[in-house]
Amino acid sequence: MGNGILVVAEHDGSNFKKTAYELLAKAKALAGGAPVSALVMGRSDAGDLGEYGAATVYTADGDVFAHYTPGAYVKALQAAVSAADPAVVLAPASAEAKDAFPRLAARLGVGYATEVTELRVDGGAVVGRRPQYGGKAFSDVHVSSSVALFTVRPNSFPAGVATGGSSNVVALSLDLQPGDVKTTVVDSEEPSGDVVDLTEADRIVSGGRAVKSKEGFDTIIRTLAASIGASPGASRAAVDAGYAPHSEQVGQTGKVVNPTLYIACGISGAIQHLAGMRTSKVIVSINKDPEAPIFALTTYGIVGDIFEVCPLLTEAFTAALA
Amino acid sequence: MKIGVLLKQVPSSDEQIKIADPSAGIATGDIKWTINPYDEYAVEEALRLKDAKKASSVVVYTVGGKAVEQRIRDALAMGADGAVRLDDPAFEGSDCLGISRILSAALKADDVSLVMAGKQAIDGDNAQVPMMVAELLDWACVGVVSKLEIGDGSLKAWRASGGGVQDVVEANLPAVITADKGLNEPRYASLRGIMMAKRKKILVKGAADLGLDGATVGAGAAHVVEDAWSLPPARPAGRILEGDNAQRVQELVRALHEEAKII
Ligand SMILES: Cc1cc2nc3c(=O)[nH]c(=O)nc-3n(C[C@H](O)[C@H](O)[C@H](O)COP(=O)(O)OP(=O)(O)OC[C@H]3O[C@@H](n4cnc5c(N)ncnc54)[C@H](O)[C@@H]3O)c2cc1C
Ligand SMILES: Nc1ncnc2c1ncn2[C@@H]1O[C@H](COP(=O)(O)O)[C@@H](O)[C@H]1O
Repeated sequence: MGNGILVVAEHDGSNFKKTAYELLAKAKALAGGAPVSALVMGRSDAGDLGEYGAATVYTADGDVFAHYTPGAYVKALQAAVSAADPAVVLAPASAEAKDAFPRLAARLGVGYATEVTELRVDGGAVVGRRPQYGGKAFSDVHVSSSVALFTVRPNSFPAGVATGGSSNVVALSLDLQPGDVKTTVVDSEEPSGDVVDLTEADRIVSGGRAVKSKEGFDTIIRTLAASIGASPGASRAAVDAGYAPHSEQVGQTGKVVNPTLYIACGISGAIQHLAGMRTSKVIVSINKDPEAPIFALTTYGIVGDIFEVCPLLTEAFTAALA
Repeated sequence: MKIGVLLKQVPSSDEQIKIADPSAGIATGDIKWTINPYDEYAVEEALRLKDAKKASSVVVYTVGGKAVEQRIRDALAMGADGAVRLDDPAFEGSDCLGISRILSAALKADDVSLVMAGKQAIDGDNAQVPMMVAELLDWACVGVVSKLEIGDGSLKAWRASGGGVQDVVEANLPAVITADKGLNEPRYASLRGIMMAKRKKILVKGAADLGLDGATVGAGAAHVVEDAWSLPPARPAGRILEGDNAQRVQELVRALHEEAKII
């Protein structure tokens, strides 16, 4: 059995993501004095991670990290696990970690729990809790292997505050062999604008079938979202009708989101839509049908027409934030 | 080229979930079952590759009991050529790694060069098995794919990476692909397909047939155990705002600012 907790700290090229600070704060609380370390891929410095509790920061850098490949990512994880010998590894439930962690688990022959939303210490072990069946049920998850792997849904824990420590930086040598990296990224298309990815977004404004057209989605939903720096989302009905791209779909066959604020505009609240957003902390719904199922989960509801209410709300938000 | 499709049976996405025994998982008594929706995209893509003469046959692999044969028949009715159902008392209680060891042993025995799977099964929402299978076989894996091209011994796949980035990835075969929504529109089984499916063969294989050590799978080998099942925590009661539109909007902004403290 290893000792301490290793956190995967993701960054966007310049800044660490909010998830890095969320996981470090949680790791510090769970570790109870045992060492907390971090792994950083694709850059060679620790930034301010030491101030947030990472006593050691392992780095793996080089051209091979310019784009995500499971080959390089898993090799780096494997090297960090062998250097830190942790009892627990925590990573954000990002596209990258969710792709790499199953491979790491199979390579090491250990257990991995996907996308937990809670973590606690019980009888000396870290126990997770996770939604299943699209959030219609929850269970505890116990991982009994020498190292226990978890990915954690973004926004599950508050980010910590800097307490002024520093970290010891250790550059990992990966010794990549031909055949270790089996995939090549030949092209990469960045999203237009600087909208936060839905799975990490703290605020989301979603539109449903009621927007009636792509223009409706753009003028009603995107404008309202922009007024509070939210990421736009959509129901499947809106996506299937071509009002918004699939990358913006929330739900069972779209993205699972966990924002502080979710505003649903003209969305009925079908069970498959709820599967993607039911853990949102505050849910606002605007729908002209008072019987719409979405109101059962709603914190603040407005029974009304989105074409009238949303523009007024955009104005009010803009005024409030001015 | 033979394509293997990994297929799982799951509760239909509109089913109500109930829990009878918190240590045992969900109550399955009157659940309506379907093919995992992402696995339908996987079946469809495999069939399209066969239609385009890029594959010789499409075989479905599933770890599951006799009851799953109905779902296998659904895939055979869509046009899959055959199926292997992996079933053995030793498999019971496997975690994702155990399931992956069973599947990879079966795939290795059958000379499959492309595996199509779903990006995640909508029961456990694990998103683990296909990548584990790829690792155990030492193959490439491209996950969450919305467009796929197969060349001569190679593939090109469009996938959703983090931060809304769309990557185009190349790899050599053999490989595992996991299907996202948008990859295709699955076909409905034709009447003829349904009739033909009745005559197609479902092979049943156990640990001994696969040369698999029973101790590496099943409950004894599982490192991941789930318990304390519950329904989602209840949400605090909400409030429908009153007044005309302007008043309700003002009240909403006030509540988000003063009560929820998020604007
Ligand atoms: C396997 C499977 C997977 C699925 N996956 C997803 C998924 O990932 N995400 C998803 O969202 N759905 C998914 N669905 C579809 C889901 O069942 C619903 O069909 C879909 O969510 C409905 O979208 P909607 O709420 O926009 O449309 P509708 O259900 O048509 O609701 C529109 C709502 O808008 C209201 N309205 C209309 N006009 C106005 C107006 N002017 N002002 C205010 N309100 C108005 C109506 O009262 C109604 O409540 C899936 C379904 C299946 C079978
Ligand atoms: N028991 C199983 N039998 C066959 N394929 C499976 C099984 N479990 C998972 N899979 C495949 O792996 C994918 C992801 O499942 P999971 O890792 O359980 O989320 C599914 O969409 C299937 O393609």
